[in-house]
Amino acid sequence: MAFSLRLAHLYPKQMNLYGDRGNILCLRRRCTARGIELAVDGLEVGEPLDPTGCDLIFIGGAQDREQRRVAADLLAAKGEALRQAVDAGVVVLAVCGGYQLLGRYYRPAAGEDLPGLGIFDAWTVHPGPTAKRFIGNVVVRWQGVTLVGFENHGGRTFLGPTARPLARVIAGYGNNGRDGTEGAMQANAFGTYLHGSLLPKNPRFADHLIGLALARKYGHSELPPLDDTLEERAHAEAVRLAVKKPIFG
Amino acid sequence: MTKAVAGVRTAAAVSTAKLAAALSRRLGLGGGTALPGLVAEAVAPGLAAHLAAELGQGCLLVTGTNGKTTTARLVRNIARAAGCRPVHNGAGSNMMRGITAALSEAADPQGHIPERERRLGVFEVDEATLPEAAAALGPRVIAFTNLFRDQLDRYGEVDSVAALWREALAGLSPSVTVVLNADDPGVAGLADACCGPTVFYGVADTACAVGGLEHAADARWCAACGHEYAYSAVFYGHVGHWACPACGRSRPAAQVEAVRVEQPAVGPLSVLVSTPAGRLDLSLPLVGLYNVYNALTAAATGVALGIGAAAIQGGVASFTAAFGRQERFDVRGREVQTILAKNPTGLNQVLRALVADGGRLKPSATPEPEPKNLLFLLNDDIADGRDVSWIWDVDFEMLAGHTGLLLASGRRAADMALRLKYAGLDPDPVLEGNTERALARALSLTAEGGTLYVVPTYTAMLQVRRILARWGHRPQFWEET
Repeated sequence: MAFSLRLAHLYPKQMNLYGDRGNILCLRRRCTARGIELAVDGLEVGEPLDPTGCDLIFIGGAQDREQRRVAADLLAAKGEALRQAVDAGVVVLAVCGGYQLLGRYYRPAAGEDLPGLGIFDAWTVHPGPTAKRFIGNVVVRWQGVTLVGFENHGGRTFLGPTARPLARVIAGYGNNGRDGTEGAMQANAFGTYLHGSLLPKNPRFADHLIGLALARKYGHSELPPLDDTLEERAHAEAVRLAVKKPIFG
Repeated sequence: MTKAVAGVRTAAAVSTAKLAAALSRRLGLGGGTALPGLVAEAVAPGLAAHLAAELGQGCLLVTGTNGKTTTARLVRNIARAAGCRPVHNGAGSNMMRGITAALSEAADPQGHIPERERRLGVFEVDEATLPEAAAALGPRVIAFTNLFRDQLDRYGEVDSVAALWREALAGLSPSVTVVLNADDPGVAGLADACCGPTVFYGVADTACAVGGLEHAADARWCAACGHEYAYSAVFYGHVGHWACPACGRSRPAAQVEAVRVEQPAVGPLSVLVSTPAGRLDLSLPLVGLYNVYNALTAAATGVALGIGAAAIQGGVASFTAAFGRQERFDVRGREVQTILAKNPTGLNQVLRALVADGGRLKPSATPEPEPKNLLFLLNDDIADGRDVSWIWDVDFEMLAGHTGLLLASGRRAADMALRLKYAGLDPDPVLEGNTERALARALSLTAEGGTLYVVPTYTAMLQVRRILARWGHRPQFWEET
């Protein structure tokens, strides 16, 4: 039996700040290596999302200006479809700015709150231009293994009572630099601050996402192992860099 | 502080800076390009402003994401050809301390700049340092190269760099001329913030246009209305002939314009430029359209300074590449070419030049271009950017079918190798964490008489230079003339 998956990549032109394309390249390569066909549809502002037409959805990060533009389209044109997709168990990965947009709201340093989709019971507060930006290598614990990435965010995200963190911070800041949580999850939707790109150096997490999508569509999720020597080496290197205390600030 | 005390303090700061430079070199700490400035500023705050005021020809600043060093170096040569004696922070140390060091170096022990009537400051300035440098040095001209995503962990977003620049420009005296890239919408738009004259430069020859926007293109959206720009020609990144279909903003007319660009497979770039000072026939020993832009920025700066066509042409002709940025070495019977690349747009340009070299211009009947031996060196020091995710924005995929040896090294060697793997280039690129061993290995795997292309990030480039110097190939950069 030939397997095929469909990925909706939201706003690839606007939400592409920190090498987010690597996540798509990684999913495609890891699917192709298992004989799974992965079709990718890029959906820009104004293009509708079909909640029944995709198995995976990805949204990356952006600058404030682009994020505001995307937020308006996300709420008006794609919000309902995205909620339906999450309810139906579609696998969603939202990184950095995309993660913030999927929370309940974003409170900028000045001005009114920007509403989010409320898929995660989480909200983000920007403490102002003088507050420290959370920048650096980050390692978190997820399902007993480590995930590595780089974070670069001014906003602090806090989780509400019905939200579950994606992971626990080992080194770095995570959601807010205080409570040790990183990211959020709801059904098969995952939000995180980790880029770097996230998936190439975290092949287990990449396979987890592919597995969930396969299980939902075909009721099976067995993925034959791949040669991940290089992936594991890059992963180990990133762990070492993150836990090592820098000499100068 | 009385004038006499200020004079003593300036002299003390200059002497201390000179001593620090000599010590730093003697101890092998580096080029002595930043430390002396740091020391001097501590002894006499405001030293840079004080010394800059002594420059009889004033000074100019060159900033932007890519091309600062090459452009400033071209301007320095143009200034020399025009009879000036430039004071130049040539070693790429482009924050205030580097500029202070260059000025201290030029001053005599009494804290004065000799031959002051011929002295012109030619300063490369870090993007984030521009406001401080413009306020302290009172430049005659500020030239902007381009604005791309670069070191987001250090500079914040591309938009915040632009906002910083606008603020600096708005506070300038109306006597300052601002040189702007008409083809980069993010830079051209700075004209709104300028209170004095502007000079635009750009490329008119659409024969060098490429298919479309690269993945790493940043300024896709109109700064005024937010609509996506339409391009009638894209030259590289988001640089090209742009217009906003919604609000009508478009590429301004360029006074300094490349009307014909020739990029032969072998030999120098040749560019015919129309300027208010007359036509220029420029020849440049570099590859890549981005270097055509560097030459245009330099020529437009020359025009803004009132320098004549002959001196601009002569200055460009006397150019040799800035240290490490693009150099050839003869090592153990192999040619080593280093090409600095430190952000997605820069690296895309390098890759495009490598792929085009020897291939594009040959008739299709001749055999495939020779595969390239490549050593990528990816570091993540502060000067490189701690975040290496930018490599995922680079179109390495274009190298398919063009590579021979593929070797990844540097502090983030595995990240680099992984990126190459996911570009489908080689399931098993050669990986070596130690730069010296990687260089030795790459050379041993390159056939005698062949060429090895080394593509390093900034600090890796400095390492390569040190290693090659240790092997006896080329003076270290602070010794060059």
